[in-house]
Amino acid sequence: MQIGFNKKSPAASSEPRNLTALKKGETGILDRIDMSDIDAQRLMELGFLPGHTVTRGHAAPGGDPRVFRVDGSEVALRHETAVHLILR
Amino acid sequence: MDDCHGPAVATPLPPVASGKQHVVAIVGPPNSGKSTLFNRLTGLRQKVANFPGVTVEHRMGRAKLGHLREIFVVDLPGVYSLQPRTEDERVTHDVLAGTMKGLPKPDAVMLILDSTNLSRHLSLAAPILSLGLPTLVILNMADDLHGRGGEVDAAELSKQLNTPVILISASKGTGVEKVFEFLNSAPHHLPPKPPLLQLPVLQDVPKVRDWAANMSRRTNFRAPAPPLWTRRLDGIFLHPVIGPLVFLMVVVGVFQTIFAGARPMMDAVAAAIQTSGKWIEGAMPDTPLRSLIVDGVWSGVGSVIVFLPQILLLFLFIGVLEDSGYLARAALIADRTMARIGLQGKSFIPLLSAYACAVPAIMATRTIENKRDRIATILIAPFMTCSARLPVYTLVIAAFVPEKPLLGPFFGTRAAALLGLYVLGFLAAIVTARLLKSTVLKSTRAPFILEMPPYRWPTVTSLLLRLIDRARVFLRRAGTVILAVAIVLWVLANLPLHDGKAPAIGDSIAGMIGHAVEPAIRPLGFNWKIGIGLITSLAAREVIVGTLGTIYGIEGTTQSMGLQAALRHDLTPGGAAALLVFFAFAMQCMSTVAVVRRETAGWRWPVIQFAYMTVFAYVFAFLANRIVSLWF
Repeated sequence: MQIGFNKKSPAASSEPRNLTALKKGETGILDRIDMSDIDAQRLMELGFLPGHTVTRGHAAPGGDPRVFRVDGSEVALRHETAVHLILR
Repeated sequence: MDDCHGPAVATPLPPVASGKQHVVAIVGPPNSGKSTLFNRLTGLRQKVANFPGVTVEHRMGRAKLGHLREIFVVDLPGVYSLQPRTEDERVTHDVLAGTMKGLPKPDAVMLILDSTNLSRHLSLAAPILSLGLPTLVILNMADDLHGRGGEVDAAELSKQLNTPVILISASKGTGVEKVFEFLNSAPHHLPPKPPLLQLPVLQDVPKVRDWAANMSRRTNFRAPAPPLWTRRLDGIFLHPVIGPLVFLMVVVGVFQTIFAGARPMMDAVAAAIQTSGKWIEGAMPDTPLRSLIVDGVWSGVGSVIVFLPQILLLFLFIGVLEDSGYLARAALIADRTMARIGLQGKSFIPLLSAYACAVPAIMATRTIENKRDRIATILIAPFMTCSARLPVYTLVIAAFVPEKPLLGPFFGTRAAALLGLYVLGFLAAIVTARLLKSTVLKSTRAPFILEMPPYRWPTVTSLLLRLIDRARVFLRRAGTVILAVAIVLWVLANLPLHDGKAPAIGDSIAGMIGHAVEPAIRPLGFNWKIGIGLITSLAAREVIVGTLGTIYGIEGTTQSMGLQAALRHDLTPGGAAALLVFFAFAMQCMSTVAVVRRETAGWRWPVIQFAYMTVFAYVFAFLANRIVSLWF
């Protein structure tokens, strides 16, 4: 699913920043979720809404999965999922 | 077997379809305190049930309203929306729409939301209000909200939503009387008027979220400060070094408790069963009926009830871990390791529990929302070395493995053999998990999402209710399936009568069956006597020890030198190795079959699992026999 209008082709030289780029304590603004409708809606219901801020929290030992603070709650995502959440 | 219709329900619920009973549903997002409120309303007058054909469980209970009046309360799975995507959401949607089989459309809805996270949780109010059912909106965790400096105007929200709104703390019990007031008048409620702010298009998540944000702004909602204690505790429990250490301590603690800690209690239960059995034996005349009751029913059912303390301790542990919020952290820490075999973090605790007993482990998989991961976990759990295998392992190892020190005085050949069997079961589980996850249960590409709830003190009531529920489920099975199997086995071992007396075991029906299966098990190195043991151990693994004792005419204790000598006489070393391997892999446990059927809502998975494990066990027992026979 594509939310927002900043669609870039994957061939573009500068890869868009995704959630995994956030270091612990860093905050970013979510731009869109590059996933299927169903998965994107589920993530949005948990607070991963385009335009909202996301803050990187703790992580499991080894750095994966990572915890993100979003819309008043904390949600852990695996690296494989977090790369599909694109930041502005 | 089916807990919805079991005859031995402690608090029987009258049939729902009687027409006069009123039903009120509790709906809310996960971790909003739904269960705490449900426990407050119903207490012990509740039970867990599955809807026909779905694996999602729900709880039904009766709330007493005084004057002998009662109302049914249904606790539905936690959801964020009513878009029927997952099974949880479908069940909640169908119940509220009145299309769920076996349950009438609810007369009213109680929507419970976490007031500390109101602007997001209010999103669920949109689809609930659009149902047009009389609705009470309950803002829970009032104490936490005020404690962290938050504020909400319930009266104003009520005006905005056009439906009653109350602020409560379900864990402290404040405000619960207002919920009872609502239930009291539930049958007379009128459908609500639409909210002042027009409801958004429900499929559009950002629009719904905006609606919720606007709504909470109109009611002067002030969000509370971040949960300081949760942040502090996570600084420890998710610390890169201390975190895994704490995790390891918890794991060792659980393991130690279900093994060593439960031992005195299990011994006490075993002693009580034995003493009462002796007492019955003394009080009854020497008839076949006495033999049936003492040898069949008492020792058969007793051998299963012995595991009750272990199961309750395990669930006490899981209850504390889950209610406190640590379980989510443990799942986070275990996730990477579990992902290597295609599973996920939430599978870890159930698989650990399976070392005690597969039955509670399979019940504990309910914390895994991803259905495929849950079924994969259920299917591999019986490979873990449960405590019922120990009596068999101890007997055969003591009979065939000479004790020699390997690594110092505490680790000898026998301990190594036992450890080897644990490793064997673990490897079989990994191989099976990989096989399943790369074929039939390949993940639906559903992302792994793990919510981290704030840490909370577990309440004694909720822990106790959980234990009572698990004990009920377990004892009901012991009183039905296991009882029936015990009686059937006794009859088969005592018929046909010779001159009015029970026959020698070889001439009984059980003996004939043993002889009949002998050709099939001879390649494994087993004779007809072991064959009878394999058949009786279908009821429960450890039963084979008692059966072999009976067959060899010896008191069936694992320590008995007589039984060990008899086994050495009857089995080659290859056959003994095959027997151990067979027990490591085969699903010799009716209780597990029954619980898998219940948890997967059908016979498909237990049948596949039983066949798979039996074939697996047969093949490897055959190989073990051949390989060991080369050397010995």
